[in-house]
Amino acid sequence: MHSLSHLFLNPGDRRFWAGFTALGVLFLLLVPALNLLLPADSALHVPNYMVTLIGKYLCYAILAMAMNLVWGYCGVLSLGHGAFFALGGYAIGMYMMRSIGARGVYGNADLPDFMVFLNWKELPWYWLGFDHFWFAALMVMAIPGALAFVFGWLAFRSRINGVYLSIVTQAMTYALMLAFFRNEMGFGGNNGLTDFKDILGFDLSQDATKMGLYLLTTLVLGATFLLVRFVTASKLGRVMMAVRDAESRVRFLGYSVTGVKLFAFTLSAVLAGIAGALYVPQVGIINPSEFSPANSIEIAIWVAVGGRGTLLGPVLGAFAVNGAKTWLTGAAPELWLFALGALFILVTLALPKGLVGLWAGLRARVTEKSND
Amino acid sequence: MRAFHLILALAALLLATPSARADDDFSTALRALNADSYADKIAAAEALAALGEGRAAPILDALADGRLYVTPDGAILIEQAGTYLEPLSQKIVTTDKAEAITVNNRLRGVARGAAGRLALFSPNAQARGAAVEAIMNSPSDEAADMVRAALAKESDATIKALMVTALASLDLSSDNAGHRLAAVTQLADSSDPSVRSQIQRLLETETDLQVRKVAEKTLGSIEFRVTLMGFVANLFQGLSLGSVLLLAAIGLAVTFGVMGVINMAHGEMIMLGAYTTFAVQQGFRAFLPADLIDLYLVAALPAAFLVTALVGMGLERGIIRFLYGRPLETMLATWGISLVLQQVVRQIFGASNMEVANPSWMTGGWDLAGGFTLTYNRVVIILFCLAVLGGLAALLRWSSFGLHMRAVTQNRPMASAMGIPTGRVDAMTFGLGSGIAGIAGVALSQIGNVSPNLGQGYIVDSFMVVVFGGVGSLWGTLVGAVSLGVVNKFLEPYAGAMLGKILVLVFIILFIQKRPRGLFALKGRSVES
Amino acid sequence: MTDDTLMDQPHGPGIAAPGTILYVDSVTVSFDGFRALNELSLVIEPGELRTIIGPNGAGKTTMMDVITGKTRPDQGDVLFDGHVDLTKMTEDQIANLGIGRKFQKPTVFEHLTVFENLELALKCKRDTLSTLLFRLSGEQQHRIDQVLGTVGLKDKPRMLAGALSHGQKQWLEIGMLLMQDQRLLLLDEPVAGMTDAETEATAELILDLHKDPHHSLVVVEHDMEFVRALGARVTVLHEGSVLAEGSLDAVQANAKVVEVYLGR
Repeated sequence: MHSLSHLFLNPGDRRFWAGFTALGVLFLLLVPALNLLLPADSALHVPNYMVTLIGKYLCYAILAMAMNLVWGYCGVLSLGHGAFFALGGYAIGMYMMRSIGARGVYGNADLPDFMVFLNWKELPWYWLGFDHFWFAALMVMAIPGALAFVFGWLAFRSRINGVYLSIVTQAMTYALMLAFFRNEMGFGGNNGLTDFKDILGFDLSQDATKMGLYLLTTLVLGATFLLVRFVTASKLGRVMMAVRDAESRVRFLGYSVTGVKLFAFTLSAVLAGIAGALYVPQVGIINPSEFSPANSIEIAIWVAVGGRGTLLGPVLGAFAVNGAKTWLTGAAPELWLFALGALFILVTLALPKGLVGLWAGLRARVTEKSND
Repeated sequence: MRAFHLILALAALLLATPSARADDDFSTALRALNADSYADKIAAAEALAALGEGRAAPILDALADGRLYVTPDGAILIEQAGTYLEPLSQKIVTTDKAEAITVNNRLRGVARGAAGRLALFSPNAQARGAAVEAIMNSPSDEAADMVRAALAKESDATIKALMVTALASLDLSSDNAGHRLAAVTQLADSSDPSVRSQIQRLLETETDLQVRKVAEKTLGSIEFRVTLMGFVANLFQGLSLGSVLLLAAIGLAVTFGVMGVINMAHGEMIMLGAYTTFAVQQGFRAFLPADLIDLYLVAALPAAFLVTALVGMGLERGIIRFLYGRPLETMLATWGISLVLQQVVRQIFGASNMEVANPSWMTGGWDLAGGFTLTYNRVVIILFCLAVLGGLAALLRWSSFGLHMRAVTQNRPMASAMGIPTGRVDAMTFGLGSGIAGIAGVALSQIGNVSPNLGQGYIVDSFMVVVFGGVGSLWGTLVGAVSLGVVNKFLEPYAGAMLGKILVLVFIILFIQKRPRGLFALKGRSVES
Repeated sequence: MTDDTLMDQPHGPGIAAPGTILYVDSVTVSFDGFRALNELSLVIEPGELRTIIGPNGAGKTTMMDVITGKTRPDQGDVLFDGHVDLTKMTEDQIANLGIGRKFQKPTVFEHLTVFENLELALKCKRDTLSTLLFRLSGEQQHRIDQVLGTVGLKDKPRMLAGALSHGQKQWLEIGMLLMQDQRLLLLDEPVAGMTDAETEATAELILDLHKDPHHSLVVVEHDMEFVRALGARVTVLHEGSVLAEGSLDAVQANAKVVEVYLGR
């Protein structure tokens, strides 16, 4: 793992840029080309639903990178990242609800359908501003970021760490789930937000809009990749790893562990919020089940499968696990939970460094042999 | 007003009761039901009811059900499963000429209400009691007079008391200030929240000064009693919830508190215990005489303990022991285990809820004042969870296994050097924690649904209890569970169930900022490092 | 005590002990009824080298924990530089004041390289933002190379610290202490597990540091040869308080000390 991560970490390393460019070409050029240029009956044609599916996975990959930043590098296993993802999704969902305008079932231009249904007379104050895309886009980052900052400040300052932090973050997402299930909260209760029509004036049912969202997600993933690389390659990245390995020792060197963790946690939450905001327009719905604790734990397994503390691992893991999920829930749905459960056990017992570690180990063995 | 006159007539009739005349009136009123317009039919139904005779009730019921027929010669018959009954003579009549009397919704409502009030004169005491309660829910002047009439004839003491209270609350809306004053005086001993709101309503419009004064005093004493009853009810429900939380958390206090292992599959151990209970119940039903069924719960306890303890020991030896010292990984692996266990149960028993019946000795409850019931199953669970906690504390304190367990927790290398088989102690400790979860499952099967998701509902709560109470302290787990249960139930009336739960979660999250090690934390070097 | 008048000053906030680098007064720490420190008082003057000895459980490590902010005392005052109250500060704030610590068990960052370990210890602004934007200057690079030479790890900068031998980890940790360039250095059993030659080199290094009046050093050690080699004033701790103080020969002749070490 370390030989590989170091090759990636080394600034200006040609291998990093080669890999980065290759992935960029694959997702940014090849997938759209195979979708748009090839006839539908061609064996290599990528159908529209597949583009949206990959777009979804790309969102998961961003989420996994966010999780990796705080868990893989900083050792803080948050079991509440699903909440930040969902909050980002709700923020953009609110904007899309507002842009439905009078085209809803009740034709009410001032209120979303579910509020009309609940006999609400006016828009709650916290919906104000979501008419504007710029405001919603800001909130996508500000709300998860602010929640993570306040929550993290309280928790890290009191030295709540390890499993305690995991349990508390789990309680946080659970409490949010219960809250969002309530109709009185004004976020659509059980059903959440759905029936979106368009985003920034682009019709969401159009293939071109879907392709645009896909391309945007790819670009954001690329930017996340570079950002995470910048942070982890900096001295702060090394302090984060030091916190992960020997937290109290870092304090005696004069670094504020609270500050380091808070930075990683907040940045990670903002990235998770962005991932959620890209996800919701592509799947067309956001509801409180996104807050369920099980979802948050699943993110951890993507990261673990791919390889914690590596740049590429989370992306690999998100694609591998979700690809398997899509395939298996279609082919043999009753087996999926067995597979997922076994994956949790297997990865923690036998594959602590994930796929990236496995690959690095294999390569090391091959070089060893050829050196003999 | 017309009805009022009728009732006065009725009262007179009741006092006089010359039976022949009454029969004549009754039969006339009965025939009047076969009127042309609905308005006339309604008047006739009311008139019939006003006669205050219990035998009118089945006729009005039949009318409401559309089972009242009329022959071409005007005789009224009740249809019952294809035969006709002559209501006056109670004889079966055979005819094919009868036609149903048509009813509309309004008539149906009147007939039903009238039949309900007439139940006041039913020979069955229970039916009379039910009628009084029904009348309380839709008070009117006629109803008050009717209850007064019924009260005069009532012989059963309980029903009589009920009628007195009912009459008093009906009299609150009487035009007669004397009646109202008597009523508010009468009601001073009540602890019924609906009486309280009636008096509040009275006070909004009452002009008579003396009535006001007494009513205010009565209101005060009722409010005190209602508050007290509410408090007792909340306390009991809180204790009940606390005992459930405690049962779910005790096993966790062992695995997390003693071993430091976060077992995310703990909830599934509870679930397995509940399914074992279900299986034992089915076994009893299939293979043992029916009169032994009440004992199935007794057999389910050891069975559930054994099953879950064995599963727990298997997991510890097979998976968890390889992850000691890696708590976060343990958490993820045990989460995986929980998914597998859920799916296994889903494959065997199906995804739907299983029915586990309370044994007869756990069914029912004590009725306390103010419509509040102490159900036996909840009481049994409170006692049971205290017994489990006490048993566990005794085991840890006095058995050699408990001693070994504490030794291994405090200093593993030293315990190992002294010849304690640490591996076996680990397995047995984990088995113990899981077994207790299984027992919790037996208890939870008695108050809720048994489904593969049963455990998921408890996992966050039980972790909160352990963290709040203080990891490694059974006393802390007890105090944590009970206080969270009680606080939750006291919040519910103000905040609603869900918001109450959210507030409790937020409170705990904030609380452990202040005391990261919980209420009853151990302080020492070993804990800090 | 060097200056008895210091001990007579009133307690409480706002107190000062001018002319001291470390001032510990009546500090008590208990864990579940067990008194790890019992009204411990100790004064270190600027530029002083002090060795602390004592049997196991005497409270040596707890004393270091209190000074570095890891453990809060139940009562008593701890002042740095004569006026800074350490009992209200966190570990990182205390480290940034100028107090460095080397642990009994070597704790280096095993997943980082030797170079990166030293880089983290480097004296510079340590707030989160500055750390994110940090760029190593030529001068700092030079300083790291210098320390690498001092601790004998010149040929291993790219090696993972986890792969070092026990002795090398001890040296790396001493190197990290040097990188911090602190005013008060606390060394908890710095030569545990070292060979004789390494022990000798460590003693030399400590004496070398002592030559600079900018440094004050407190060394906790069991190895009497090593303590003798340092030739500094010795404080004997026993059951959480000071049993004796003076030159090594003086305390070794002290009847109470003999009883504590040999009598039981």
